[in-house]
Amino acid sequence: MDMVQNTEKVEVVSGNKSAAYGAYVCSPDVIGIYPITPQTSVVEDLTQFIADGRLDAEIVEAEGEISAMASVIGASAGGARTFSSTSSMGLFFMFDSYIMAPLYRLPIVMVNSNRELLPPNTVACSHQDIMEVIETGWIHIHVENCQEILDAIIMAYRIAEDPEILLPVDVCYDGFYLSYLREPVNIPSIEAVNNFLPTQDRPTLGGPNNVFSCIYCGADQEMAELRYRQQDAMEKSKEKLEQVEQEFAQHFGRSYGGQLEEYRMEDAEIALFCMGSHAGTARVVVDQKREQGIKVGLVKLRMFRPFPQERVLTALKNVKALGVIDRSVAFGWKGGHLYRELRSALYGHGLEIPMADYIAGLGGHDITIPLIERVVDETKGIAEGKQYQEITWLALE
Amino acid sequence: MAIDQYLRKRFFPHIWCAGCGHGIVLNNMLRAVDQLQINQNEMVMVSGIGCSSRISGYVDFHSLHTLHGRALAFATGVKMSQPNLTVICPMGDGDALAIGGNHFIHACRRNMDLTAIVMNNRIYGMTGGQFSPLSGTGITATTSPQKTIDREFDIISLSLASGATFVARTTAYHYKEITNYIKEALQHPGFSVVEILSQCPTHFGRRNKQGDATEMLQRYRQNTTSIGSEAKQKNPELIERGIFRQETAPEYCAEYAELINRAQQS
Repeated sequence: MDMVQNTEKVEVVSGNKSAAYGAYVCSPDVIGIYPITPQTSVVEDLTQFIADGRLDAEIVEAEGEISAMASVIGASAGGARTFSSTSSMGLFFMFDSYIMAPLYRLPIVMVNSNRELLPPNTVACSHQDIMEVIETGWIHIHVENCQEILDAIIMAYRIAEDPEILLPVDVCYDGFYLSYLREPVNIPSIEAVNNFLPTQDRPTLGGPNNVFSCIYCGADQEMAELRYRQQDAMEKSKEKLEQVEQEFAQHFGRSYGGQLEEYRMEDAEIALFCMGSHAGTARVVVDQKREQGIKVGLVKLRMFRPFPQERVLTALKNVKALGVIDRSVAFGWKGGHLYRELRSALYGHGLEIPMADYIAGLGGHDITIPLIERVVDETKGIAEGKQYQEITWLALE
Repeated sequence: MAIDQYLRKRFFPHIWCAGCGHGIVLNNMLRAVDQLQINQNEMVMVSGIGCSSRISGYVDFHSLHTLHGRALAFATGVKMSQPNLTVICPMGDGDALAIGGNHFIHACRRNMDLTAIVMNNRIYGMTGGQFSPLSGTGITATTSPQKTIDREFDIISLSLASGATFVARTTAYHYKEITNYIKEALQHPGFSVVEILSQCPTHFGRRNKQGDATEMLQRYRQNTTSIGSEAKQKNPELIERGIFRQETAPEYCAEYAELINRAQQS
């Protein structure tokens, strides 16, 4: 393997260790943690880095996720670069403090190892946990492989700490499929990351005139202005991700398409739309179907929040039918979250693309090549005008 | 009745590592239930998350496998709605006293007739051996490669200070005491805490050079003694076993029923 630029070493590591390395090369000051499967080894690795004298950071092993995030909020409010990690029910126990981080406009970076909810008792993968917190004001970036975990964390700090953004970022990767999968990962040197990610001076939350120090904010213009600015920063983060990716590519020689990746979409008549580790499987299916002469492409969504509506519209403008693969259920709505978002994003923009939603991969059910082949075949049928079912639960068929 | 009558065999083999103390606790907990002749249909087991909490899946009682640290909070609801049922909560040390610490002290304070079993192995076992608030100082764990500096809770002192009306401690080595104390706890009309030191050879023992399960059990024999024993006077380092408190006080569900009575009569 060629040594990619600014790589200190290539190491075969799990997704969790890649996340730990991602945090490590960004030199966080304070890390707040609590054990929960399947992310726990992230913090074990970080603890080891500190014990070995390689990382100068404080670790708070809290008495629960809510205090882990609270400690990180306190540290970030004081100007520290911070990191955290959780999953599933831990994310929900963290919720009280999780939701405060974007309201405080704190550039916290954390990872979520996507996992099912309880009950029934399972620790397996799905996107159900992270989808329950999509409207909290956190920026959510989903990744496909172990390298992308590390790279996304480095980019996440750049976006989070940008003076125009100042929002927390959650880098989301599929539990088990990535958390414990080992792949060769290019690990950049701390010096190279320092060049890419300079320490930013930013306002801290202290001081008598800061609105967050006040005991009460009335139902007046000030509140609306705070919320408006926060929403505005979220919108700006879409373009910021594109810029940061370009710079990242210059520094490290890797890029992922920004808000989303279009794979073989140039002349695609039908498309798959998905997010997460199974995008890798979908890529293989697209290649196979292309060999059979089917003009299929893949849109891999990376940024779920804010939702990249403009990029989605551009990517899908020539598509005749769309097969959406959802790894979560939007309870109370017919399909999954990706499907719901797409319906909303396309509405009113002249893109009346027929689309079918496939709910798959719940409880760690593998989203296999045959399953995705079926999605492609049925999507091709939709493009040809065949009747189709709007929502299909693949595991139940 | 044989003990295996109380087991849901379809969930076996269990997940515990070879040498884990939790199986000893399960066995002797079931002996206590058997000796008291409690109807299985009147037993409710509520547990949180962790190695210890898996017990609720293995026993053929009504059972709720809930959230990490929240067994007592869920159990409070169960007991309030069905005060005639016997409610027992097996918990781990991290489960009961880290993430669930707040529920624990408030359950002690209310004195509702629940039985809390804290299986204290001083480590988060299920997630791979992170230190817990019961690990104490100088302990090697996956999150403390340079040993812990965090002081530990004393479950007994915490329970007594928080108002629990039955408080006992024993170890996985002293299995007969497990049965006896759980029997006493189940019969006690108030909030009961039974701390059981339970060995985790996989994560705690291995990392802290305490030997295998047998050696860890021997250690429980050597470093514990009965409350107020001569040995304790000679060696204050010994951990005391026994019943630290057993006294009656107004029980929450009874008081609540009385309150409803008064309100309806007035």
